Amino acid sequence: MEFQIIWFILWGLLWAVYFALDGFDFGAGILYPFISKSEMDKKAVLHAIGPFWDGNEVWLITAGGATFAAFPTTYAYMFSYLYTPLLIILFALIFRGVAVELRGKSTSEGMKKFWDFWVFVGSFIPALLFGVAFGNIFMGLPFDNSGYHGTLFSLLNPYGLLVGLLFLFTFIVHGGLWISLRVPDELADKAFSRAKNFWYLQAICAVVFLSLTATYTNLYNNFLKLPYWFAVPAVAVLCLLLTGFYLMKNKNGRAFVFSALFIITLVFSGVIGLYPNLIPSSIDPKYSFTIFNSSSSLYTLKVMTIVVIIFVPIVVFYQAWAYKTFMGKITEKELKEEGY
Amino acid sequence: MDTVLLSRLQFAVTAAFHFIFVPLTLGLSVLVAYMESRYLATGDKDYLRMAKFWGRLFLINFALGVVTGITMEFQFGMNWAEYSRYVGDIFGSPLAIEATLAFFLESTFLGVWIFGWNRISPKLHALSIWLVALATNLSALWILIANAWMQNPVGYVLRNGRAEMVDFWAVVTNHYAIFKFFHTVMSGWVVAGFFVLGISAYHLLRKNETDFFKKSLKIGATFALISSLLVLFIGDFHAKEVAHTQPTKIAAMESLWETTKDAPMYLLLVPEPANEKNSVEAIGIPGFLSFLAGQKEVKGLKEFPPQDRPPVTLTFLSFRLMVGLGLLFILLALLALVKFKKIEQSTTLLRILLWSIPLPYIAAQLGWIVAEVGRQPWIVYGLLKTADAISKAVEPAQVVASLIGFTIFYGALGIIDIYLLSKYARKGPEPKEV
Repeated sequence: MEFQIIWFILWGLLWAVYFALDGFDFGAGILYPFISKSEMDKKAVLHAIGPFWDGNEVWLITAGGATFAAFPTTYAYMFSYLYTPLLIILFALIFRGVAVELRGKSTSEGMKKFWDFWVFVGSFIPALLFGVAFGNIFMGLPFDNSGYHGTLFSLLNPYGLLVGLLFLFTFIVHGGLWISLRVPDELADKAFSRAKNFWYLQAICAVVFLSLTATYTNLYNNFLKLPYWFAVPAVAVLCLLLTGFYLMKNKNGRAFVFSALFIITLVFSGVIGLYPNLIPSSIDPKYSFTIFNSSSSLYTLKVMTIVVIIFVPIVVFYQAWAYKTFMGKITEKELKEEGY
Repeated sequence: MDTVLLSRLQFAVTAAFHFIFVPLTLGLSVLVAYMESRYLATGDKDYLRMAKFWGRLFLINFALGVVTGITMEFQFGMNWAEYSRYVGDIFGSPLAIEATLAFFLESTFLGVWIFGWNRISPKLHALSIWLVALATNLSALWILIANAWMQNPVGYVLRNGRAEMVDFWAVVTNHYAIFKFFHTVMSGWVVAGFFVLGISAYHLLRKNETDFFKKSLKIGATFALISSLLVLFIGDFHAKEVAHTQPTKIAAMESLWETTKDAPMYLLLVPEPANEKNSVEAIGIPGFLSFLAGQKEVKGLKEFPPQDRPPVTLTFLSFRLMVGLGLLFILLALLALVKFKKIEQSTTLLRILLWSIPLPYIAAQLGWIVAEVGRQPWIVYGLLKTADAISKAVEPAQVVASLIGFTIFYGALGIIDIYLLSKYARKGPEPKEV
C-alpha cells in the first residue's frame, strides 16, 4: 500500500480517537452547569473528566502534528485559510483547560462562577465548531490557486451548522453517559436522563445529515463506486441505534461503548468519502489538496511510519491502563481529598 | 504595520508567554519526583508534605504551560503557512514525535499522579511523577531538535520547491540541538531551583515551618548550583557551535563589526549600529572573544551585507545580561549553601533569594531573544527569510485582532497564575498530622 494511504488512514484514526475521547470531556463540560447544582456535584463532574481531559487533548495535538508531518501543504493552507475559526477554537480550548484545572484552586465564589462559565463555553464552542469545520471540509472550501475566498460567516452555512449540531448532540450524549459511569448515583441518574433526551436530537441530526450529504457534498461518490464501503456508515447507523437501545434499557456502560463506536465510524465514513482529498476545493476539484499533491516526501513518511508503529501501541497501552485504574465510581473520600 | 511584523510580534508574545511556564515545569517536575522518592526511601512524612506542597504549585504552573503550548502548534500553520509548506517535510516530524513520545506520557501520568493517591501503590505513584519529569524533559528535546534545524539546517535537500528530509539521523543528532537542549533544560532547572529557594526563604523569614523549609531550601540550592554551573559550561560549548554555524549571530552577540584576530572582549561596550561601530569599547580582556567563539579569527558584521545582519543592540544586550545573570545565579546558590546551617539568621540573604525568583525567568527569556532575534533576518538560517515565510491568505487586520485577543487573554491568565501561585506559596504546606 502506498504510504500516503497509510497516513490518510492514520490521519482519520487520530481524529476519530480524539473525538471519541475528548468528545465526552466536551459533553461533560456542556452538561456541567445544568446537572450539578451543589458544590459536591460540581466537583464530581469535573473529577469525572479530571484524570483524562489533558491526555485526550493530546490526540488533537498529535492529529495536528501528524497533519504537519505527513501533509505539510494541507496543514499550511488549512490552518491559514481557517485562521479566525481556529483561533476561536483555540481560545475556547485554552479556557476550558485552565478552568477545569484551576477551579478547584480558587476559593472565592466569584472566581468559581467565572470558571464554571468557562468550563461550559470552552466545551460548547469546540464541540460545535469542530463539527462546523468538518462539515465545511466535507463540502469543500472556496479556494483556487489565487488563495481562499471564504469568510468566517460563509462557514456558518446550513450544512456546516448541521454537522456542528450533530457533533454537539453526539458529544452531549457521550459526555452524559461518561458522567453517569463515574459519579455518585443521584447525579449519575440526572446525567443519564439528559443523555437519553439528547439522543433523539442526535438521531434526528444524523438522519438529516445522511440525506443532506447527498446534495451538499460529493462524499457519496466513493461509496457508489465501491459499494462495499457502505458497510462503514451502516455500522455507524447500527451503533447509533444500539446507543439508543441501551439508553432505553438503562445500560449506561454498553450505551457508552456504542456511542464511542458511533463517533469512530462516523469520522471514518467522512474520511472514506473524502478520499483522496484532505480539503476539496469547492471552486474546482483541480485545486483540491489531496493526500498525493500535499504529502511529505516518501522518506519522511517512512520514518514517521516507523515511529508510529513503535510508539503508538505503547501510548495505547498505558492510556488504557490509566483508564482501567480510574474506571468505576469516584469514592466520597476521593472527592473530599485531592484534585478538584 | 504589515503582516510580517505583526505575525512576528504575535509569535514573540505567545512564545515568550508559553516559556514563562515551561522552564519551571522542566525543573520542578524533577524536584517533586525527588521529594516523593525521598519519602519512599526514608519514610519521613516531611518529604511527602513537600511533594504535595511543591506539587500543587507545579500543577498550577503546568496547566498554563499545556494550554499555551497548543497555540504554538496552531500558529505555524495559521501565521507561517509558507514556512510550514517549505519546511514541513522536516519540521513537522519532530513536532509529531514530540506529541507521540512526550505529551501523551506527560499528560496521562500527570492525571494518574493527581488522582491516583488512593488507587495505585506508593511506588507506582512515585514512578508516575518520574515519568512526567522524564516526558517533560523529553518534549524539550524534540522541540529543540525542530528549533535547532531552523538555526542550523542539516540532513535535507532542496527539491520540489521545498526542503525535503534525506537524513533523519542527521536532523536528530544535529550538534546544535544537543547543546541547545542541555543549555535550555539546565536553565529551566535553575528557574525551578530558585523558585524553591525563594519561596523557602519567604517562609524562613517568617519563621514558618522552619524544618520543612530548610530542607526544601537545601534541595533547591543544591539543584540550582549544579544546574547553573552546567548552564555555564554547556553555554560555552553552545557559543562555539553558534560561532561555527551562525557567524552573524555571534558577531551580533558581541557587537563585533570588524573581522578580528585574537579578538578581545570588552567588558564595557556600547553598540552604535547606525554607524557600524561601537561608541564605547573599554576594559578589554585580550583574546577572550576568540576563546569564547573557539576561533582564532572572528568574523565581524561588516563581512555581511546589512540586510543579512540581525538587530545588533537587542541581541548584544540580551546576551550580556543573560551571562551576567547566569554568573549571579552561581554566586547566590553557592552563598545559600555555604550559609545553610544558620541561614534562618541571614535575613539579608533570604530577602535577596526571595527577590531573585524572577531573575532566572528573565535570563531564560533573554536566551531566547539571543537565539531567535539573533537568527534574523532568517527564519531558517541561510535558507529562508522570515519575510518570505508568512501566510499569504491572512490579512493584517486578522493578525491585529488575534494579537489583541492573545494579549488580553494571556494578560488575564498571567495575573490569575501569579495570584494563585503566590496564594498557595504563602499558604505553606498542610499541617503535620498528629
